[in-house]
Amino acid sequence: MWDNIMVLAAAPVFNVQLILDGLFIGAIFALAGYGLALVWGVMNVKNLAQGELVIMGGYFAYVMTQLGLHPLLALIPAFAIMFGFGWLVYKIIISKVIERDLFTSLLATFGLALVIQQGLNLAFGPEVQTAQSGMEIRSIFGGNVTVADIRVLSLILCAILAGLVVLFMKHSRMGQAIRATSQDPRAARVMGIDTEKVYAFTFALNAAICGAAGVLISMIWVIQPFYGVPHSIRAFVVVTAAGLGNLPGVIIAALGLGVAEQYSGFVLGAEFQQATVVMLLIFVLMWRQFQMSKNRQVVQ
Amino acid sequence: MSTPTIEVSNVSKSFGGVVANKMVSMKVEPGKITGLIGPNGSGKTTLFNSIVGYHPIDEGSIKFQGKEISKLRVQQIARLGMLRTFQQTRIYSKMNCVENILISVPHRTATFSDMFRKYPAELTDKAEHLLEFVGLYQKRHLISGDLSFGQQKLLEFAMALMNEPTVLLLDEPTAGINPTLINGLIDRLKRANEEFGITLFVIEHNMRVIMNLAEHMYCLAHGEMLANGTPDEIQNDQRVIDAYLGAH
Amino acid sequence: MIKEKYLHAGLLVFGVLAPFLFPNYTVQISLLWIMILFALTWDTLGGQMGYNSLGNIVFFGVGMYISAIVQIGVVYDVALYTSPDGAALTGNFAPAQYYTGLALGILAAAVGCVILAVLFSQVFFGLRGPYFAIGTLGLALAAGELVGAWDYVGGGGGIALPVFPSDPKSQGIFFYYLCLVSALATYVFLRWLYNTRFGLAINAIRDDEEKAEAMGIHTKRHKTAAWCTSAFFLGISGALFGNMTGFIEPLEVAFPTITFGIFMVAMALLGGKGTLWGPILGAIVFHLIKEVTWTYLLGWQWIALGTLIIINVVYFQQGILGWARDKWPDLFGLTVDEAMSSGSEKRGSS
Ligand SMILES: Nc1ncnc2c1ncn2[C@@H]1O[C@H](COP(=O)(O)OP(=O)(O)OP(=O)(O)O)[C@@H](O)[C@H]1O
Ligand SMILES: [Mg+2]
Repeated sequence: MWDNIMVLAAAPVFNVQLILDGLFIGAIFALAGYGLALVWGVMNVKNLAQGELVIMGGYFAYVMTQLGLHPLLALIPAFAIMFGFGWLVYKIIISKVIERDLFTSLLATFGLALVIQQGLNLAFGPEVQTAQSGMEIRSIFGGNVTVADIRVLSLILCAILAGLVVLFMKHSRMGQAIRATSQDPRAARVMGIDTEKVYAFTFALNAAICGAAGVLISMIWVIQPFYGVPHSIRAFVVVTAAGLGNLPGVIIAALGLGVAEQYSGFVLGAEFQQATVVMLLIFVLMWRQFQMSKNRQVVQ
Repeated sequence: MSTPTIEVSNVSKSFGGVVANKMVSMKVEPGKITGLIGPNGSGKTTLFNSIVGYHPIDEGSIKFQGKEISKLRVQQIARLGMLRTFQQTRIYSKMNCVENILISVPHRTATFSDMFRKYPAELTDKAEHLLEFVGLYQKRHLISGDLSFGQQKLLEFAMALMNEPTVLLLDEPTAGINPTLINGLIDRLKRANEEFGITLFVIEHNMRVIMNLAEHMYCLAHGEMLANGTPDEIQNDQRVIDAYLGAH
Repeated sequence: MIKEKYLHAGLLVFGVLAPFLFPNYTVQISLLWIMILFALTWDTLGGQMGYNSLGNIVFFGVGMYISAIVQIGVVYDVALYTSPDGAALTGNFAPAQYYTGLALGILAAAVGCVILAVLFSQVFFGLRGPYFAIGTLGLALAAGELVGAWDYVGGGGGIALPVFPSDPKSQGIFFYYLCLVSALATYVFLRWLYNTRFGLAINAIRDDEEKAEAMGIHTKRHKTAAWCTSAFFLGISGALFGNMTGFIEPLEVAFPTITFGIFMVAMALLGGKGTLWGPILGAIVFHLIKEVTWTYLLGWQWIALGTLIIINVVYFQQGILGWARDKWPDLFGLTVDEAMSSGSEKRGSS
């Protein structure tokens, strides 16, 4: 561990590599985190299947490559089909637990996570997969730092997608209805907004965003049927750290998480990368609790 | 004069921009029934919350029997013998009425091993008597969450009595209680004060009730202490009348 | 209502005779007792106290590892044993060494888990509602990862435990009875516990913790003690399970968060959380369904299981006993008393 820190000190370009990789990955975490915050804020459902939705999206890209097509082409079908899937999940599960206590929705989505994991395992097997984009890898800083074109492209796509979602939330009728509902569902209902439809749409949109994030993940990183759990945890870390309805916060937290993971993976060893995510979750929860306890209150 | 049971001096509390209490000072004398009135949103519940340690106050001091408590937490304050009931009645809704009362025994001197004791028969008897006192004896084995709102208020009151507090803060005890039962409740509050020796500090909107009950009254308006005095003085105080009638 | 004493007698007779009546299923029935223990201890927090933990499995795994280290440590240097050169040592335990090690190991597992529970309580009970569930889930996942990275205890490769100094059949029966005893002990202890003030206090915390605080209940103390109780028995179950399996490793055996860890919750919910018999009933039904259908589901078991959890949570949350209570409230003593006052009742009964 100490040796690795020395390496970073002796060769600062390695830092550049770690930070760049962290930002590329972190941008995708921001998408899933934003989706979670959306669902959490609008209908107060904490979705533990968030990571599974991401991984599901990733398999669209994998299937594309199996068909001999470019994985980027999966972006549209992944978005569309995951939207439909999200709608279905809302109708079958989420709508039934939305009024209940929070543990119910947590557990129901945990059950959903199990089903998706195992379904993917049956369909694609437990191997770790990546969707080859076949794009170039460039070297900068005299060959010490490598940047894959696909990573840059993925970052750009993340930004575009996030921008589109923000525009949609601001200017479309549905977006406005979603924001109204998240502020006060009863008032929204009185004003004639069909909140049931808003909820379904919100969950579906979240699934679609996750699906798109998954496509990007599968191209710049790896997917596997059981890799959803850490993604869910990441989304929770991001949202807990940033708070609800705070898009800049989500982006900063997600990028920070991406970088932190790269560093811990490099300094402590790859086997600690997952542990870092989980420890960060616990740390973020504790920190929030500390903040609240200053007001003689507890995390509710 | 003896030390007041509760002494609030210059307490302020704001939530973001909303100033809920501004330099509030007041006293609750031992053994008496003190009333607190004020229009909706005037900061009565906030003052209660500050006294029992629900949130930190911005400035000022709160003393219980001469001891500073503004830095203590809810549980510590409760164990000192100061208890409150809630405006939105709170009971243990999945337990039956007897259990609700039993678990409310005083915890002031509870030691670690007390956690694992059983309830002696005297306590069960006492619990049933208290339920009888508030008129819930027949329903004692029902799940308390299934009781009507008014009955839950009575149950909460009985729970507070079981705790044998020195002082009891009641937040609108008659709200939601059938008018025909209100006289009975006033009577019970007075008996709690006289027979059990519990000092009462009562928030109440129902003027008839509070005039009947309190020996000394305070009136809050817009977070500030507007007036205090005997019920008659308050009733005839022009500022109080304006506060209630005036557009706020 | 069926008299409880018949249930007790029935369970006891079944428990004692099962290895002779169903000799081919000793392992499955041992596991049933562990499942009952799981569901009961989960319910102490989740059902009785309203703190839904998704990470109780951590005590199972920690107990397993503590026991393993103690069992090995009484005879060998643990680091040597878990190194590649140590492979030959697993069979080198004399019966006296084995049984001493096991007894100390189980004890240490129980005590170690209680200490850990006290520490965790300081940190995790500040989290309420879903935050507690997510935080404890994180705890269990972290535990698996960290133990996997710790070479002293064999890392991700795991440890082979000392070999039982007799034939496998006696091993099966030996551990069967230990499982039986620990499950029964859990039941007896919790039954007593729920009948003390403690039981009412944790129910109060479940129903309204703020109110409990406002009434001066020592909530922290109760919450800590409740988690310690769970941890104590879970630690024992971990020690036993590790020795039954013979080989332990972090992710699948010791900290199986998405199998055993979630089974605990599912079983307690299925039977009816917040009751004493609900978790037991849930564990029996769940384990039976699982063992009977498992092999016929041809790879779809886990999907079926996830679906079962969803259906249970979404459509049948009150569980079997909760449903029965809604249907026949009289049987559960939820009645209006005709007597007008305690005085008149006494007169009537004298
Ligand atoms: N937790 C809080 N956060 C923000 N504002 C609050 C909070 N609690 C109270 N307030 C505000 O403080 C003011 C005083 O409220 P409070 O509940 O003390 O009034 P009240 O006198 O009890 O009224 P009522 O008679 O309706 O019960 C109100 O404007 C209220 O909106
Ligand atoms: Mg009020």
